[in-house]
Amino acid sequence: MSVSDTGLEFSFNRVAAMVRRYWYLLRSSWPRILDLIYWPAVQMLMWGFLQVYISQNAGFFARAGGVFIGSVLLWDILFRGQLGFSISFLEEMYARNLGNIMMSPLRPAEFLLALMIMSIVRLAIGMIPVSFLAIAFFGFNLWALGLALAAFFANLILTSWAVGVFIAGLLLRNGLGAESMAWTIMFLFLPLTCVYYPVAVLPEWLQYFSWALPPTYVFEGMRALVIDHVFRADLMAQAFVLNIVMFAAASLAFMKLLQSARAQGSLLQTGE
Amino acid sequence: MRTNCLRIAGLALPEAERHIFFGMDAQTTSAIAIDQLVKRYKGVAAVDGISFRLARGSITGLLGGNGAGKTTTIAMIMGLVTPTAGTVTVLGADMPRERYRVLHRMNFESPYVDVPMRLTVRQNLSVFAQLYAVKDIDGRIGSLAAELDLTDFLDRPTGKLSAGQKTRVSLAKALLNKPEVLLLDEPTASLDPDTADWVRSRLERYRAAQGATVLLASHNMGEVERLCERVIIMKKGRIEDDDTPAHLLARYGRETLEDVFLDVARGRRQSEAAQ
Repeated sequence: MSVSDTGLEFSFNRVAAMVRRYWYLLRSSWPRILDLIYWPAVQMLMWGFLQVYISQNAGFFARAGGVFIGSVLLWDILFRGQLGFSISFLEEMYARNLGNIMMSPLRPAEFLLALMIMSIVRLAIGMIPVSFLAIAFFGFNLWALGLALAAFFANLILTSWAVGVFIAGLLLRNGLGAESMAWTIMFLFLPLTCVYYPVAVLPEWLQYFSWALPPTYVFEGMRALVIDHVFRADLMAQAFVLNIVMFAAASLAFMKLLQSARAQGSLLQTGE
Repeated sequence: MRTNCLRIAGLALPEAERHIFFGMDAQTTSAIAIDQLVKRYKGVAAVDGISFRLARGSITGLLGGNGAGKTTTIAMIMGLVTPTAGTVTVLGADMPRERYRVLHRMNFESPYVDVPMRLTVRQNLSVFAQLYAVKDIDGRIGSLAAELDLTDFLDRPTGKLSAGQKTRVSLAKALLNKPEVLLLDEPTASLDPDTADWVRSRLERYRAAQGATVLLASHNMGEVERLCERVIIMKKGRIEDDDTPAHLLARYGRETLEDVFLDVARGRRQSEAAQ
């Protein structure tokens, strides 16, 4: 059997076709574009003003200026990254186009790469304006984090893709009955990855779960940078290793769920 | 199964296909070869041990009532559903295992799928053309649009078109890559008689021009009678009959395929039906 028989042959042309398909959709609909900016802006403003209020009344928070805004912006990279991936996938189900896609020569890996690219495009549309709003309102410059920001971003987007890949598999296997998972699964990460507080706040037994999740290292790393002005490369390296494991596990789960979807005949009937 | 077809190794073959078994490998000479195909969902058989082969360039109708197993059969031919047992070979590739060898040479139209409604017709066709690695995308879209009378709608969102226009867009998508194997599931469902007739004439023209193999699942007996040189009738996941329309009419002593279909659906034997 040749490589192409197994579906391992890869075509960037087909990836580009899918990215074009999502881009056409996005630019044809202003509510979709507005939605990308609206909620991250609301979140950032709410946490920013809360931080301003607390810092006026507590010495620690005055010293740790920007920690909440930094947290909320990084959280949005994680959350919006996964959502951008999953929503693009869901668009195929809403449009009843999944059968056309699965019947075309598009390989699963090409489909997933197109979804990853779209998650970055959607994230950029939402987060870049909001990051400038953070400078304008609170003087918090996310871009000033420089290389650290690149490390934070890389780790968070990898986690968001791993979760997105797993959710896509669930949607293929279970249809729109699994849709709510796409919207809510990331909220499990909110308390466990310690977005707004240090891991030490958690009960000891829960800390083990927390350290098993790559974003925990990023949020701890962000606090180390903003509060103690130290870049923890060791935390980023550990997060990266965990992300590789998580992404590989999610990809394997996706392929198994796709296999199961073919066995169950759920690729043509993707309703509830 | 009640049929006058030749039986070889459990397979019923109409006269037109018998030559395939003599001196040639049937799996490589047939466009589609299905052998003892079974699909069970939670123990219930949707397709129950069917076998047939479609010669290259042939056009075959797949008939059957709701739940007869037509869509499941087509889905297995497309590689969208994994068989529980048996084999499906399309253009020499074992489906779904080797589907990527042949997917670019196949296409389909089904009422279970739509093209994205927010995209314009041109955007949709160009995306699918790129997925199928069509050469000269603009030229192909232009010629298909002219052929299917879509030129005036190319830059309109697909969702704004009428049902008939949307069907033509789906058909254009199905013909983009000039498929050698074309699978059509109810291609004229929900169309008015004039538009349906128009679509049929385009399908006939395409088949004649490209020599494509077409498998057409339909409830419209007139459509099958007009287009198909062979008819496979399914019931409860099994093939109940398999022959040319003329032979079916003669054997059942009926004047229309619809009457033959009703005989099969209601379990009337050929001898009873002929009386």
